[in-house]
Amino acid sequence: MTMTTDPEPLARPVKKKARTLGPLAWVGLAALGLLLFATVRQLTGATNLTSSGAIQAAIGAAAPIALAGLSGLWSERSGVVNIGIEGMMVLGTFGAGWAGYQWGPWAGIFFALVCGALGGLLHAMATVTFGVDHIISGVAINIIAPGFTLYLAKLLFTNAPGGGQKQSPPVSDVYRITIPGLSNWLGTIEDKQIFFVSDLAGILRGATTHLSVFTVLAVLLIVLSGWVLWRTRFGLRVRSCGEAPYAAESLGVNVIKYKFAAVTISGATAGLAGAFLVVGLKFQDGQTGGRGYIGLAAMIFGNWRPGGMAMGAALFGYTDGMQLYDTGGAIHALLLILAVALVVVAILQMRRGHYTIGAVSLVIAALSAIWFFSTDDLPGQLVTAAPYAITLLVMGLASQNLRMPKADGLIYRKGEH
Amino acid sequence: MTNSRRFWLAVAAPLGALVVAFIVTTLVLLLTGSNPFDAYAALGGAFKTPRIVVNTVNTATTYYLAAVAVAIGFKMNLFNIGVDGQYRLAAMLAAAFAGGAFMSGLPSVLRIILTLAAAMAVGAAWAGIAAFLKATRGVSEVISTIMLNAIATALIAYLLAPGRLAIAQGNNVLTQPITEGGYLPNIDIPGSSSQLYTLIFLAALVGLGYWWVLNRTVFGFSIKATGLSETSAVASGISVKRMVVSAMLLSGAIAGLVGMPELLNGDTHAYSLNFPAGIGFTGIAIALLGRNHPVGMVFSALLWSALDSSSNSLQGAGVPKELVTIMQGVMLFAVVIAYEVVRRYRLVLEQKAVARTLAAARTTGDPNEVAAR
Repeated sequence: MTMTTDPEPLARPVKKKARTLGPLAWVGLAALGLLLFATVRQLTGATNLTSSGAIQAAIGAAAPIALAGLSGLWSERSGVVNIGIEGMMVLGTFGAGWAGYQWGPWAGIFFALVCGALGGLLHAMATVTFGVDHIISGVAINIIAPGFTLYLAKLLFTNAPGGGQKQSPPVSDVYRITIPGLSNWLGTIEDKQIFFVSDLAGILRGATTHLSVFTVLAVLLIVLSGWVLWRTRFGLRVRSCGEAPYAAESLGVNVIKYKFAAVTISGATAGLAGAFLVVGLKFQDGQTGGRGYIGLAAMIFGNWRPGGMAMGAALFGYTDGMQLYDTGGAIHALLLILAVALVVVAILQMRRGHYTIGAVSLVIAALSAIWFFSTDDLPGQLVTAAPYAITLLVMGLASQNLRMPKADGLIYRKGEH
Repeated sequence: MTNSRRFWLAVAAPLGALVVAFIVTTLVLLLTGSNPFDAYAALGGAFKTPRIVVNTVNTATTYYLAAVAVAIGFKMNLFNIGVDGQYRLAAMLAAAFAGGAFMSGLPSVLRIILTLAAAMAVGAAWAGIAAFLKATRGVSEVISTIMLNAIATALIAYLLAPGRLAIAQGNNVLTQPITEGGYLPNIDIPGSSSQLYTLIFLAALVGLGYWWVLNRTVFGFSIKATGLSETSAVASGISVKRMVVSAMLLSGAIAGLVGMPELLNGDTHAYSLNFPAGIGFTGIAIALLGRNHPVGMVFSALLWSALDSSSNSLQGAGVPKELVTIMQGVMLFAVVIAYEVVRRYRLVLEQKAVARTLAAARTTGDPNEVAAR
């Protein structure tokens, strides 16, 4: 920027047209998306695309991913990259298993939160206090957490009733909500296979049947985090540490304190994500299965924002749940949906003048369409790659729209600027 | 600073980390009701068995290759977390390639070279995706390689199935085993039931090459310059994008070699479900522990694999073998923290030295001397 004696700097800059959409536009978009799914279901006969059972599985799969994504959001908004989410989740699974089998699921959830928070504290201590590279500390946590929990598991669970060397005794489930009349009524509509109406009924039924209280808690946590980060003084300070720590420091913000708080909250949230896998089941070695990384991907997909992150988690959870539940070629039909989505991306990018990116999207869209029409099913192993491949696509095709916190990953040293 | 002081400051961090790791594991043992002496005696006693020593060296060979692959990236501030996916995909495809029927007719030397080349090519290609995304779209290599690791896992799960690139054998699924002549002989060690991997020479060669490229070539100089200061590298005419792509490709090619000792020197001569995983992350730890130094990484690779190889003996003392992982993790944490502390201490020392000379010059009243410093 050059300092010129422009006579106009005092004039207010022309307000850019707001890029955020109103609530009505979102409803419209959701309806359009549902229309797409309904159409594809009608064309391919893959009823599971919107069946209540598949949606239920998707919600169950999306919740831990969303919590892991939320963990990433808290940390990265304060300027600390957290790739140790996976390890902190592992700590959470152990806490949930150890306390859960003895004192019930809510005790397990609480201990998962504590264990995760301890992992977060360790990360904060290394990165904020000692200025260790964020990625290195994250990798170290991912190395140490599984070893540490397995060590303790062997000591604590081997002789516990129903436990083993690599697993805890079973942990009971939390309360699951089913809205009595509604669920059955929606079920009858769903069975009628009416275009669009049955699809909507299937999704609503999936969301109102056998819904874990923990899932509701997760959704509330995401809303709460969004509110705290964007609408409170505390949140503003946390975000200022992620955008411009030295500017924040000059305004009297105790950057180190806020970073510590945010990274500890991040660890606690990751611990909750781990607890989600344990409650109703048990602690098992290796049960996180890379969900911490998927959560990270969901956060990037959602452009470091809670709403976008939740959408990413829903999408990845959907592909994950679909894979568990699939019987009638629903996964295969997803290829067609991907193709349509990419065409939309291409049109949007070309309208903004990004012709190369638009063309690349079109080529990939064509490839997935060809893939769809030339095969009869999509192997499950490849579907597990979908969240990662989609995130790579988003980063490759729309990186100009992504904006991470400006000082994310940079090492902050008090008073050194 | 004197040379000996510089040396001690460099060695202080890893030694300090070792001590911290030792203290923490002792505390863990005491808190969980185990006898630390028994545990350490069991660990140390394992090395009386020649087989454990040979296994240590063999595993260290693999670890060292992974560490060099990571270190190439580190030297220019590139974080190749993707070594893990790169070596597994490379080993799997190279194993399928080397097990192909058409290979049997070729001379042995050619088969080995082709297999190694295939592995390097696959590793470089997989890393190349991240390099391409970084150079053209500015995508962080950390995130893209994390994604590529997971995609590699999925791809391997897909390809490693009967009817695709693998065959079923009992409970295991593996690529067509390499026939005789396609793999390498091992070296007999008297008194040991394990044999020494011949690819240890390849690892030595890679280490030597790493040292030579970094310290004796323009390319290596450009890598280091870019890592130290991107802006000054650009100012001196280095194309950062080209350096990113070539360093990433090189790192991926070396990562491709990581699985080769196991494939060509191991017992199964195939890529199976039991193929060692996660070595890419071990490589990161070893590169950090050895400070990206070609010799330092030899020691850290040996230390890491010695802990791994002797861990089973802990069971004799009634201690879960994961104690070793705790030890390694603490060591890693302690060493990176110690490097930071030493770095700051060194800065303070330098500042003091400068202040002293300035003060001395001022009292003698010689302005030229002040300027000369």
